[in-house]
Amino acid sequence: MILQSLSISRTEFETATGWQLKPEGACHGEICVPLPSEVSADIARGIVDVSVVAERLGMPIVHDAEMGLWALGPASMSGRALATAVAPELELPDIDGNMFQLSSLRGKKVVIVSWAPY
Amino acid sequence: MWQAFRNEVHTRGLEIVTVGMDTLGAESCRPFIEAANAEHPSLIDINHVMAERFGVINIPNGIWIDEEGIIVRPAEPAPVPGGKTPPPSAPPVGLPQRMTDILTEASKIVTDRDSYSEALYDWIEHGSKSKFALSPEEVIARSGNRDTSTAEASAHFSLAQHLWNAGHRDAAIGHFRETHRLQPDNFSYKRQAWSLMAPPEAGPFARFIQGPMEGQESDWPFEGDWVTDVRAMGAENYYPSFKE
Repeated sequence: MILQSLSISRTEFETATGWQLKPEGACHGEICVPLPSEVSADIARGIVDVSVVAERLGMPIVHDAEMGLWALGPASMSGRALATAVAPELELPDIDGNMFQLSSLRGKKVVIVSWAPY
Repeated sequence: MWQAFRNEVHTRGLEIVTVGMDTLGAESCRPFIEAANAEHPSLIDINHVMAERFGVINIPNGIWIDEEGIIVRPAEPAPVPGGKTPPPSAPPVGLPQRMTDILTEASKIVTDRDSYSEALYDWIEHGSKSKFALSPEEVIARSGNRDTSTAEASAHFSLAQHLWNAGHRDAAIGHFRETHRLQPDNFSYKRQAWSLMAPPEAGPFARFIQGPMEGQESDWPFEGDWVTDVRAMGAENYYPSFKE
């Protein structure tokens, strides 16, 4: 995800990464990674210090100084692309820009098929 | 097309969600989605979020998720059930050399369409009792490597696609190159970048050329290109074979 700042809203972080920020830590499925108490206090007020949370989850932050941008990579602390078999939320638009959430299909079997026009 | 298969199975509790992974966004995917008359969710992923969330590194690719929201098969090659694999044939004469080379290599790519299809029907019928529905431990183990370099590759890809769409093409190419260096086995990151170099004179198939046209080799900004990389890995290894 692209960041203009290393301090972002909790909702923005959760939507962009699929990790939920709870009082017990950064959570996905059965995994919860504890966070320092001062960071949790900020999160309770809706603000995320991305550099601290990213470090705990093994998410790299790459800076393009010339363009004034940061990008946050995915969690790497488990060493595998999936840290848990619990499907992450996936929220993407259709061709008309309407947002769709994978979780709306709970109760059905789902096959997600990735393709590309190239 | 997945729509025909979806028509057949959706009353049996299965939904298909297609995700078009393309930095160029909805307009490049639209003709394909409209031609498919897709009734299933057909989504657009300009940032290859599928790579970050699920470890998708080539296309076409499928991920199975059960009724409880648990992944039972992680990202793997997904040929369309009931689709046709064209028999090997010599490319038509008179094409530019690079097009001939692409078609020659593409004809050697192997897909396990029958095995994949059989597994999918078995899961639809037997659910968690199907031998093709994997345990959570196996799903995680098969989900692909994610070390620091791989995660950094995704961050560089985010910058690359963002800068490309903002018109900063040289800066974008720098980040695509870093992406490819850090995660050389992510073929969709490579195909994405190569396809953006499409030579306009090559017509409707321009985005599949993914390499320099004859005489333009010195202008090509990437280390590899589709034909070179596929020859190096061996076209028969382009997709890992289906594993029970």
